[in-house]
Amino acid sequence: MAVSVQLPMTKEEAARLRAGDSVLLTGTIYTARDAAHKRIYEMMHAGEPLPFDLDGASIYYVGPSPAQAGMPVGSAGPTTSSRCDKYTPEMLDAGLRVMVGKGRRSDAVKEAVVRNGAVYMASTGGAGAMLARCIKEAEVIAFPDLGTEAVRKLTVENFPAVVILDTVGGDYYETARKAYLSSVIK
Amino acid sequence: MREIPASAITDTVAALCVKACTDLPEDVRERIRDCRQAETWPTAQDILDVIIENYETNGTIPLCQDTGMACVFLEVGQEVHITGGGLYDAVHAGVAKGYTDGLLRKSVVGDPLERVNTGDNTPAVIYTDIVPGDKLTITVAPKGFGSENMSRVAMLKPADGVEGVKKFVLETVEAAGPNACPPMTIGVGIGGTFDKAALLAKKALLRDMDRHNPNPYYAALETELLDAVNALGIGPQGLGGRTTALSLAIETMATHIAGLPCAVNINCHSARHAKEVL
Repeated sequence: MAVSVQLPMTKEEAARLRAGDSVLLTGTIYTARDAAHKRIYEMMHAGEPLPFDLDGASIYYVGPSPAQAGMPVGSAGPTTSSRCDKYTPEMLDAGLRVMVGKGRRSDAVKEAVVRNGAVYMASTGGAGAMLARCIKEAEVIAFPDLGTEAVRKLTVENFPAVVILDTVGGDYYETARKAYLSSVIK
Repeated sequence: MREIPASAITDTVAALCVKACTDLPEDVRERIRDCRQAETWPTAQDILDVIIENYETNGTIPLCQDTGMACVFLEVGQEVHITGGGLYDAVHAGVAKGYTDGLLRKSVVGDPLERVNTGDNTPAVIYTDIVPGDKLTITVAPKGFGSENMSRVAMLKPADGVEGVKKFVLETVEAAGPNACPPMTIGVGIGGTFDKAALLAKKALLRDMDRHNPNPYYAALETELLDAVNALGIGPQGLGGRTTALSLAIETMATHIAGLPCAVNINCHSARHAKEVL
């Protein structure tokens, strides 16, 4: 059974979630992928104000396809999160609480997730047409020159994801695969 | 000489870009359904159901937001004369038109280090084969980079033999894991040169999933390697299960006495390609 979760997520709510939990996300989440991460990281180091407050924020690693008439975005599934790993630990230390993407993270990210009480979730890669139906509003709030890589403020409703990394060091990619393999090797 | 106007090539490429990104080929659909039937792990079953629903309920929105870099394969009959413009210009114009009018994502940067988006998904990556006849066959295969990034080439030694090939394929799939949006489709190129092995691997991804390599030795190797990949337990989205890959196709060619080039091109379950003969 999927748990309904409100975004932005409180520290207490993040601490309750465990690797393997299915969640339905509702609320505000910001899009940022490769190019936006590079700029945010450089702005952090230059001491400049960021496009959105990282403290308690949620980021979705996505570059949506263009919206059709009457839709806020086009197809919008997760992209590979690990390309942002270079920037992520410092963003987590600055308060980033929820990340939604797909794929493995580096050891440095895993440590920063536990250190800061954050969570990393995955959504279904390749199911962008379906996932877009859970996105109700989208507004470009920074870096419009980056096109699909611009930072968008999204309002999502019952957006499905599964917790991969939790606040106590759980890693669902490791445990899920082990559980499957032990179920078939009798 | 048969004349084909460049404008017809542009229109065809544009239509193929949109078709490929919004509609999965029937052989891929069938294989996903078969894998769902054979899958025993509940999480994997749920994910495959989501993937099936994604393509079955889709209208004109791209199945995946990564509508890729447009890889365009041309088979040009040697009796074809293209009029009213250059062949490659016509292809690039078709990609720009398809990605713009079809509301596909523009994912191409003009310089790999400066990284400024070109705004219309050009240039395409074009491969041309000159063949007998007076037809022009165009295949558009948009390639997403979540999976492309997990692809690899190895210059194996002749002494590594088939065991070396198997080991390299399994290592590559293991390293790709959940990053490449499994269930994957896998193209393997063996032989040729450093660059040719990679092209063979990419062309292997274009083959219909219900067809094996015509050489019985390689057909058997395809089956053996796909079973070995699916014994890894990575599963759909990396959350465990039998269905790590939908298909594995091998293409080969002659090579040098000193070498055994081997390339593994990973594609995701959105194994998109569309073809038209002019």
